[in-house]
Amino acid sequence: MNADNAQPALLVDPAQRVFKVARRNFVDHEIFEAEKERIFDRCWLYLGHSSELPKPGDFISRSVAGRSILFTRDAKGQLRALLNTCPHRGAQVCRERKGNAKSFQCFYHGWVFGADGKLRSQPGEESYPDGFKARDTSNMQAVPRYESYRDFNFVSFDPNIVSLEQYLGNAKEYLDVICDQTDAGMSIVAGSQEYSIRANWKLLTENSIDGYHAMTTHASYFDILMNTTDNMSAGTGGGFGYDLGGGHAVLEYGAPWGRPVAQWIPGWGEAGKTEIARQYDKLVGLYGKDRADRIALKNRNLFIFPNLVVNDIMALTVRTYFPMAPDYMVINAWALAPNDETAWARKYRLNNFLEFLGPGGFATPDDAEALEHCQRGFKNSKEAMWNDISKGMGKDKPSHNDELQMRAFWTQWNRQMFPTPIPSIKDVAA
Amino acid sequence: MFAEADLLDQWRLPEWLTLFTDDAKYEVPCTDLPPDASPDTNLFYIADDRIRLGERVKRLMKRTAHAEFPHSKTSRMVGNVRIRSRTDDEMEVSCVFQTLRTKDGTTDLYFGTSNYRLTTNGDGLRIREKRCVLGSEGLRPSGRISIVL
Repeated sequence: MNADNAQPALLVDPAQRVFKVARRNFVDHEIFEAEKERIFDRCWLYLGHSSELPKPGDFISRSVAGRSILFTRDAKGQLRALLNTCPHRGAQVCRERKGNAKSFQCFYHGWVFGADGKLRSQPGEESYPDGFKARDTSNMQAVPRYESYRDFNFVSFDPNIVSLEQYLGNAKEYLDVICDQTDAGMSIVAGSQEYSIRANWKLLTENSIDGYHAMTTHASYFDILMNTTDNMSAGTGGGFGYDLGGGHAVLEYGAPWGRPVAQWIPGWGEAGKTEIARQYDKLVGLYGKDRADRIALKNRNLFIFPNLVVNDIMALTVRTYFPMAPDYMVINAWALAPNDETAWARKYRLNNFLEFLGPGGFATPDDAEALEHCQRGFKNSKEAMWNDISKGMGKDKPSHNDELQMRAFWTQWNRQMFPTPIPSIKDVAA
Repeated sequence: MFAEADLLDQWRLPEWLTLFTDDAKYEVPCTDLPPDASPDTNLFYIADDRIRLGERVKRLMKRTAHAEFPHSKTSRMVGNVRIRSRTDDEMEVSCVFQTLRTKDGTTDLYFGTSNYRLTTNGDGLRIREKRCVLGSEGLRPSGRISIVL
């Protein structure tokens, strides 16, 4: 593959504190094709949350890394990830986006499958040999690997991949902190944001764990925040970025906005104060003061390689995205919330979400604009070849607005894309 | 509605804002929600009260609203205007809209139905509620709503 024979993807020199990323990685069609095989076919990819399928027969059609997946809860209540293609001639069996069904019928020749993917019947059954229905190849095929962790469901197209828990590694602890906001479980709130950005998918990875851009890119949001938080009087207190291994990364920090679990701001008034105090006391009762403080007062932007972001900030977001072309990605985002949340807290959670996040919010459109302008800037990538993400390099404990998190991503990306370093170029990253 | 579209196309947003009552709402639900969904219990794209709508306008008039700097060019078409119901002081009106937005060499299309609740007492019509129900499947390829629909 030509992707292997060109300039290095990264330039890394820890002694000189240099970490540079080739802009070609964002524009080259061969890199894009290689990523499909070496990243998206070999990782655990987020499919959906268990709460999206509460009842037996519930189903969602979802596209994951270009595959059409039917995510179902079968009659026995078990979740299944099926390849949405008829074993007979290949048509997509389910053509609805979501719903509840006892069975699925392929409209082409009328084969009927259960929510577990098993063939139930087909027209002209007498023409098929005895035992046809019992053959595994007569059923809808499951995704090669499907596992879940704390109701986050993942699929992999690599049958030999390590277990999901092993893959998540140190990221599990952060998912735990996020899910421990309540002992009543978490659910996705109805309503999914489906949007797109005309930029390379890796730019959104970088942006999602970039604590450095907020004050400039989101200046107009912080103007608004000043009005609701008494000029940002609430605890901020800085924070740190962490390389969690395996390409996963997180930033954890204090911030001035209100957190529905459980940081009060003046804009929420006395009613809000009572509610937040109640939530906080409950967390202390469940986990003790230290963990309660971490859950309530720290924000987390968690990135799980290669394309899942869980932002535990002024609201709780789950966001996944997929490349469609070197310069175009599609994004799906949801709001996650504690099951036992009061109507007050739910309302403010969603209000917070919309104020900052999402394609109609006061921040995400500016991120999208920035990413699209990076992509435009990369038109100069043959001459102006490198991005620099060396901020905070060599520090013992990089700050949340340094760029350690991005280096963690790129190091793993490079490891998977170019497992054998190109021998002729000694500067390429390990 | 035609006057409103004209004000928005001319980026006369502070003037546009005066069309709204103090208790007004401006909402764009996610496209997989039922049309009567509430933003208190469902995730929307936009759910502004009058205060946040004011902040939206202030923001969009700043250079730091990067998504709209320089301002995109827009062209709004409003059609099929229907009065759905009418009481002494309120009227429910719906229309279909098509909004084109051009910026940096790309043109996006937004389309759907807008449902209005208009107050009819006092001097002239004012908007108490505007809900834009997108006709597209999500926000692809338009990507974002950085203008007022």
